[in-house]
Amino acid sequence: MITTSRVTLLALATVIALAGCERPPVDAVQRGYRGTGMVEVFNPRITATKAPANQAPEPLAPVPAGGPPASTVFKNVQVLNDLGVGDFTRLMVAMTQWVAPQQGCAYCHAAGADFSSDALYTKVVARRMLQMTRHVNSDWKDHVAATGVTCYTCHRGQNVPAQVWFTAPESKQARRLAGDNAGQNSPARTVGLTSLPYDPFTHFLSQSNEIRVVGATALASGNRQSIKQTEGSYGLMMHISDSLGVNCTYCHNTRSFASWDSSTPQRTTAWHGIRMVRDINNNYMEPLTKAFPPHRLGPGGDVAKANCGTCHQGAFKPLYGANMLKDYPQLATVSPPPPAVPAPAPAAPAAAGAADTPAATTAAATKP
Amino acid sequence: MAAEYQNIFTRVQVRAPSYAGVPLERGNQERAGTPVHVRLLGWIGDAQLGPLYLGWFGMASLLCGFIAFEIVGLNMFASVNWDPVQFVRQLPWLALEPPPPSYGLHLPPLNQGGWWIMAGFFMTSSVLLWWTRMYRRARALGMGTHVAWAFAAAIWLMLVLGFIRPLLMGSWGEAVPFGIFPHLDWTAAFSIRYGNLFYNPFHMLSIAFLYGSALMFAMHGATILAVSRFGGEREIEQIVDRGTASERGALFWRWTMGFNATMESIHRWAWWFAVLCPLTGGIGILLTGTVVDNWYLWAVKHHVAPLYPAVFPPAIDPSLLPGAKP
Repeated sequence: MITTSRVTLLALATVIALAGCERPPVDAVQRGYRGTGMVEVFNPRITATKAPANQAPEPLAPVPAGGPPASTVFKNVQVLNDLGVGDFTRLMVAMTQWVAPQQGCAYCHAAGADFSSDALYTKVVARRMLQMTRHVNSDWKDHVAATGVTCYTCHRGQNVPAQVWFTAPESKQARRLAGDNAGQNSPARTVGLTSLPYDPFTHFLSQSNEIRVVGATALASGNRQSIKQTEGSYGLMMHISDSLGVNCTYCHNTRSFASWDSSTPQRTTAWHGIRMVRDINNNYMEPLTKAFPPHRLGPGGDVAKANCGTCHQGAFKPLYGANMLKDYPQLATVSPPPPAVPAPAPAAPAAAGAADTPAATTAAATKP
Repeated sequence: MAAEYQNIFTRVQVRAPSYAGVPLERGNQERAGTPVHVRLLGWIGDAQLGPLYLGWFGMASLLCGFIAFEIVGLNMFASVNWDPVQFVRQLPWLALEPPPPSYGLHLPPLNQGGWWIMAGFFMTSSVLLWWTRMYRRARALGMGTHVAWAFAAAIWLMLVLGFIRPLLMGSWGEAVPFGIFPHLDWTAAFSIRYGNLFYNPFHMLSIAFLYGSALMFAMHGATILAVSRFGGEREIEQIVDRGTASERGALFWRWTMGFNATMESIHRWAWWFAVLCPLTGGIGILLTGTVVDNWYLWAVKHHVAPLYPAVFPPAIDPSLLPGAKP
């Protein structure tokens, strides 16, 4: 009798202790040379639950080419003025399904007002987001390749993408006598429930702080990156890993995180992705801060910004690499360039251009 | 009955008048408390509990330890806004962080690492006072000071991590936070920052001594239990008066691995393995950042890290491409 209750107690304790764990078995796929641990680990049950959330919607039926340009039919067409009226209307319908399926056209076009009215902030934001989408698809091919992005990549039928971030407010205790957590040591989902600094985004995806901490020489030669900076970079990497549903070895050979010669091609893609997100946040989202009503802003009054999870949402490729862009090629064309920006070139120069011309893009954003 | 020897608990409990210990030299305080016998304690150790000897060093050590514990605990409690529920829920994540690196070795404000320096001071004082106590108590009993020096090896590693290395690096921010998960994340970050600590040969030695200690403890404990039916637990006597227990245990190991320790030497093996674990580990930490910046590159340079055939097309650092910004 005593033994039975002891066994029951032990079993119960085990169940409680393991309640937070994933149920085994997990699958492992070898990607690198044998014995190097270059293995992708995934849990098929978790992958199965993610799959339905990462399906691309059916494309709208194409419309016949031709017709008068939309800019001659509608007033105040600033971005899609290179489209025929048929394609223009089809894209508007698609955008409604992608971003505001509940509210419909009235989400951006004020009810009762002319379609050309910019009375609603959502229309101002949507216009800038169209420019951003075209910019990403044409200038960030090093990250999005030919798959590209559409509104749906992030929005998934919601007004605001499910995964956006705001700058974490300073700890209440930071200005008091004791208890400053130094921006870390809290079970934060942003860094995979580790105790690492829980706002890697402001530091690395808005500001362009150095992510690399590892020295390039065997012996000490002046690399002053601290352990605390390393924890910051580590936090960002946890976010990337969590957002993509992959482990470290998707990009790195963990025997040397820094070495490019032992890394996978995905690391290069991710490198461009980090720069792309910075470009999006600094040149597209930040300048829109004033356009948003207060309830859309974060605790510090900052605009919602993008990170890896905004598009990826747990998948190694957003929507598992479904190519929606081929059905909406209008989102891949180059917007009429702002005066200061040179014609789109391979991604690295584009990154440089984006960082060099925030003033020009800001001006374009606030143009009436 | 064979089953007598197959028991996880100690089978023999000596019941005798409590033993107060050898007479003390002049100047030593008397021991405190009347000894009692506890049957449960007898299952895992000596049934006699007490007398205690605390003394001034013990009292000072406990006081310093308590102060350090309180500084860390109250800072953790404050960091969750004095919410007792959150304190319990988040406890494994909470920490008292060392100062930001920008302060270098200067004294930071209390809430920017000042508390950490204070907690570190009292914890170190507590540990050093306890060491003094161990040394003096051993001397008072006329014993050797082996325990104190083994403890000193652990203190060496603690001082390297929290004091000596930060001093050499010129920043208290290099030191370890006080916290459960935070010190583990610190450890992982430390390895990442210095290009993978597993390529640090002193880390390798330390691991070898750590696992070696566990293996040796298991081998020795098992051998003695296995020959206890022949009186093998009387190890000290058998150092000079080798009986059949010693002979059988020795022959067992000669048969199975060709060599055996003796009743004396096995304890020297164990002591050195245990002591060398933090000793070599401390050297490895001390060299990290001060002398070696990237242990992986160090290992490549000295042909420790093997090269594997390429599987992926060679990746080129995109920040080195023309026109790119890092």
